[in-house]
Formats: sequence, C-alpha cells, structure tokens
Amino acid sequence: MTANEAELKQLMMAGLEGDSAAYRTLLDRLSRLLRGYFRSRLARIGREATEAEDVMQEVLMALHTRRHTYDRNEPFMPWVYAIARYKLIDHLRRTRAALANVPLDDANELVAREDNAGAESRHDLHALLRELPDRMRRAIQCVKLEGLSVAEAAARCGMSESAVKVNVHRGLKHLAASIGREKRT
Amino acid sequence: MKTDDLIALLSTNVEAVDRRQVAREILATIAVGAIAVIGVISVMLGIRADLLQTEPLMFLLSKLAPAAGIVVVASVYLMRMARPGGEERVAIAWIALPFVAVMLLAVIRLAFAPASHWNTMIMGDQWLECLLSIPIIAVVPFIAVVWVMRRMAPTNLTRAGALAGLVAGGLSAVGYALHCTDDSLPFVALWYGGTIALCTFAGAKLGPHLLRW
Repeated sequence: MTANEAELKQLMMAGLEGDSAAYRTLLDRLSRLLRGYFRSRLARIGREATEAEDVMQEVLMALHTRRHTYDRNEPFMPWVYAIARYKLIDHLRRTRAALANVPLDDANELVAREDNAGAESRHDLHALLRELPDRMRRAIQCVKLEGLSVAEAAARCGMSESAVKVNVHRGLKHLAASIGREKRT
Repeated sequence: MKTDDLIALLSTNVEAVDRRQVAREILATIAVGAIAVIGVISVMLGIRADLLQTEPLMFLLSKLAPAAGIVVVASVYLMRMARPGGEERVAIAWIALPFVAVMLLAVIRLAFAPASHWNTMIMGDQWLECLLSIPIIAVVPFIAVVWVMRRMAPTNLTRAGALAGLVAGGLSAVGYALHCTDDSLPFVALWYGGTIALCTFAGAKLGPHLLRW
C-alpha cells in the first residue's frame, strides 16, 4: 500500500494544482484499482462485471466533483477508499442487496488487485450530456470534450471566462447526480 | 460509456483547487447562519433591553459561553465530518463536555438553594417560549448548514446530520440568549441543553435523507 500511496498522492497533489496529465494518469490508475475492488466485491453476490464498471465510474465522478474535500496533509488512499466504500454501500442499498454478504472493511483490498479489462458501463455519456441545461452542455463540450482553453471556449460560447468555469463545474456535478439517479430508477 | 472516455472528460483542462475551500465555505455558512439567527430573533422576539447593564450582562455571558462553546466544537467537527472518512476523527466526549459541565453546575446551584425555589429556578418565566423558539429558529441555520454539507462528501450521514443539527441548535441558542431574561443556570441547563439536544437528534434523523450524494 505504501508504494502506491506515495506515488498516487503525488499525482493527486499535481492534479489539484491543475496538472491535467498527472490527473489523467491518476484517474487511470485509480480506475483499475477500483475496478478490481468492485468486481471482487460484487462477484461474491453474483453480480455482473458491467455493474462494477457502473459503480466505478460513479466513484470517479464523485472523486472528481468532490476532490476539494481531500485534505492534502492526510494520506490519499484512505480518502479514496472512504468514497469507494460509501458508494458501494449506497449502490447495494439501492439495488437491495444484503449488506451482510459483502465484506466491506478492508482498505488494503483496494490496492490488492488491479483490473485492466474495462467493460462498458450502462451510463450513456452523450445521452446524459443532452439532458444538461444548454450553457452547461456547451461549456463541457468545448472545454472537456474538445479540449479548448477556457478563453477560447468563452469566445466561442459568448460567455465570460468565469461563466465557462462555473458551467463546466456545475455541469459535471449534474452529470454525477444524474448517473446516481439513473440507477435508482 | 467507456471508462477511458470518462477519464478523458474529467481530466481535460482540469482546474486547480483551493486547499482551504472546505473550511472557508463551512465557516462562511456558519457566519451567515449566525447573522440570520440574530436577525430573526431581534425582529420576532426583540433583544433584551437591559443588555448593557453589568449584572444582566454577566448572566448573559454565562448563558452565551456554553452555547458558543458548543457551536465552536461542533463547527470544528463539522469540518472534519465534511470529508470522506471524517467520522473516525470525531470524539463524542468533547461534544458532550459543555452539556455535562452546565448540568453539573446547575445541580450544584440547586443543591445550595432551598427546595421551595427549585420550581422557579427550573421553570423560569418563559420555559415554553424557550422550548419552541430554539428549535424553530434553528431551522434557518440548519438549512444553510445542510446546503453547504451537500457540497462536501460526508460518509456517515447520520453523524454529519447530527452535527449539522447541533451547530444549528447552538447558533439558535446563542441568538435566543440575547432575548431571554430567564437567567438561572438550572433553567439554561434544562431548556437550552434539552432543545439543542433535540435539534441534534432531529439532524441525525434527517441526515441520511438530506445529505446523500
């Protein structure tokens, strides 16, 4: 756990300073760890691999939209694990599984196995984007999908730079929330 | 959706994050809540008129100190609870301390008073007003604190809700103390302590419904 911890924490710190490349590497590494974790947990109650992918993506969204709650003076992986565990319990409750069958309390499990074999989740990004309010969708389209700078996106969408930032931020929170709602229904 | 697509979406042009955001947002919300409470109290109930005379001021401070102490301790814990895994960093004993201290002092005060005075000392003039006002006015800061906590990531919603209720109840009690002229310690211990505990309980019950993310 320690080797992972130091390296991943460093990536997180860089990401929090606005380093996109480090942040992408971090999310990539975390997605594998989380996939392994959720698959092993959910396999025990006979759930499919796509379901683990759903929960893992939901956790990635949560990690991103709530990354300001990470305290940089604290170890990083326990923070990730607390979110993963919270989302897993939430998922199991929503899908009415008996919590007793799924062992929850072992933080080391999170770094025990990586799983690179990604499946497609049931979330449909483009369908979810279509449901967003217009300004948020356009801001995310420009900044997040096409990779334009905030200034370029502001010029194209006819918004101020701070409006672009706010709309990206709110849009991602909307997406995170609708991914959660999607499963609830 | 492929996970790679999601990662690309999240990590493209990522914004820097202010490291003090959690503390700043929570403290600002509590400050707004405190101002709102004082505003509501002064408009609806009125601030007590003898506020600036020495003796009532001393009584007032003896009521404000425990309530303010609760608000301070609860705010610190609320900031911890706002982060994932924060429930492991909260010791109930420190929260109970102001309650226990006031209860003890109240019992000592009663023990030294003749039994015939107990009824007035405990019930005061306005126990019903106190019983109703503190929880009702606490709704205002409670909404504010729940709003800010929904922007955070608490992973124990019952405890986070309880702390939100405790902060709200404490703020409401601080505000109500500016109005209330019942100055006996047993009164404060029972009615202030009881209503703040009630707010905490209500917050614990509401937390899992209101704070889910």
